[in-house]
Amino acid sequence: MPAVQLNNIKKCYGALCVLDGINLSVEPRDVVAVIGQSGSGKSTMLRCINGLEQIQGGSIDIVGHRIEPGTHSLRSLRKEVGMVFQSYNLFPHLNVAENIMLAPRVVKNVPKPEAWETAQMVLKQVGLADKVGAYPDELSGGQQQRVAIARSLAMKPKVMLFDEVTSALDPQLTGEVLKTIAELAAAGMTMILVTHEMGFARQVANRTVFMYKGQIWEEGRSEDLFSAPKTPELRSFIAPNLK
Amino acid sequence: MAYQMHFGPVLDRAPEFVDGTINTILLSGQGIVIGLAIGLAVAIIRVEGPRWLDRIAVAYIEIIRNTPLLVQVFLFFFGLPYIGLRLSADTSAIIAISFNLGAYSAEIFRAGFLAIPKSQIEAGLALGLTRLQTIRYVVIVPALKVVFPALTGQLTLTLLGSSVVCAISASELTLAASKVESLTFRSLETFLVAGAIYVTLTFVFRFTYWLISLWLFHRKDPARFQIAGALPHGQERVEA
Repeated sequence: MPAVQLNNIKKCYGALCVLDGINLSVEPRDVVAVIGQSGSGKSTMLRCINGLEQIQGGSIDIVGHRIEPGTHSLRSLRKEVGMVFQSYNLFPHLNVAENIMLAPRVVKNVPKPEAWETAQMVLKQVGLADKVGAYPDELSGGQQQRVAIARSLAMKPKVMLFDEVTSALDPQLTGEVLKTIAELAAAGMTMILVTHEMGFARQVANRTVFMYKGQIWEEGRSEDLFSAPKTPELRSFIAPNLK
Repeated sequence: MAYQMHFGPVLDRAPEFVDGTINTILLSGQGIVIGLAIGLAVAIIRVEGPRWLDRIAVAYIEIIRNTPLLVQVFLFFFGLPYIGLRLSADTSAIIAISFNLGAYSAEIFRAGFLAIPKSQIEAGLALGLTRLQTIRYVVIVPALKVVFPALTGQLTLTLLGSSVVCAISASELTLAASKVESLTFRSLETFLVAGAIYVTLTFVFRFTYWLISLWLFHRKDPARFQIAGALPHGQERVEA
């Protein structure tokens, strides 16, 4: 059974449909890269998957939960689906440990010592074990993003969504964040990543989806998609990256 | 002819001033605590509540902010008995001040909530927090930090504004001063003393707010969180 299945989902603002009948199936342990121009609906699709945006048509099945137009109780779903944002969104008044422990403590009622253990574990996983007590503004962008990934991991999600998580970072910091994501992929995490890092998509994602004008224009094994794009739109989109 | 100031007769009435000062502290202290609670609740209703409740909140804010505090005090004290609710002067005063501050602080709290980026709220929701939990754990502290100066300014207005309730003879400092004045006929000296006490009170209150801000916005010492093998403080802080 797929971990995530989008069935003909639609998201429209008046006459403009930013998602126009999307079908996508993601198997457990799949790493799916979503590429496409700005405005093609990549981020919107990702935000629909954990209910930050409402859909107007179709349905989404995700790790045993179903989202339909008008679905409101999304908390049980969000406990199992992690999301990492382009702008990190760490909570500035909490230090790294508190950022990570907040959701397990409040949402899952995990006792403090256990949450603390988990925080240290996930921080080690992203290579920032020495930053437990630091505040977000004391960290570099790359470190903040890795803490955001750790914060998400602390909820022990079954699926993780990454929304252009390296777009605000310079190449070096991008590298350290991508390394963390690649390690998660290797560990078997099911992931959907919206990204502009073509090389990374090709390398780490086993499948790549190309979105164009609110639709999935082309999809397949990353290797095939990048080496032999079928549609002229995808060809012209990835052309500048194939030096 | 120059006026000779004589503080002696006024200062002989020190116990009255002390009583008045204590009553003003109690009155505005209670008004501030209750008023802030009302303000916070109304602000949350305004940003998160259903439309009909928001309408009620707006009506409350507009009515309070567009009428004088003194009229509100009179309404509670002289008006309510006509619908069968007889409150003492002190109780009417606390209620009027609370509702007054509630309306003003609601708008200040709301400004703070609106200053927090939507992405922070989304991060909270995406972690599985409810909207109220997100406000409680993610939004409130940074929001308070943004509006703290405006809020403490409002609280100072409330402290000083509490003097108008002497009009219904609620026990507080200005009423005490009026009594001293009518006994000593030393108007200038009496109200100079009262003024000096108010200045002192505002400083004490502001100092308290400052202590509260330290408690609310303090950062924990990172050393407490360091684990064995980590670099010493200072070295571990990489580029900001």
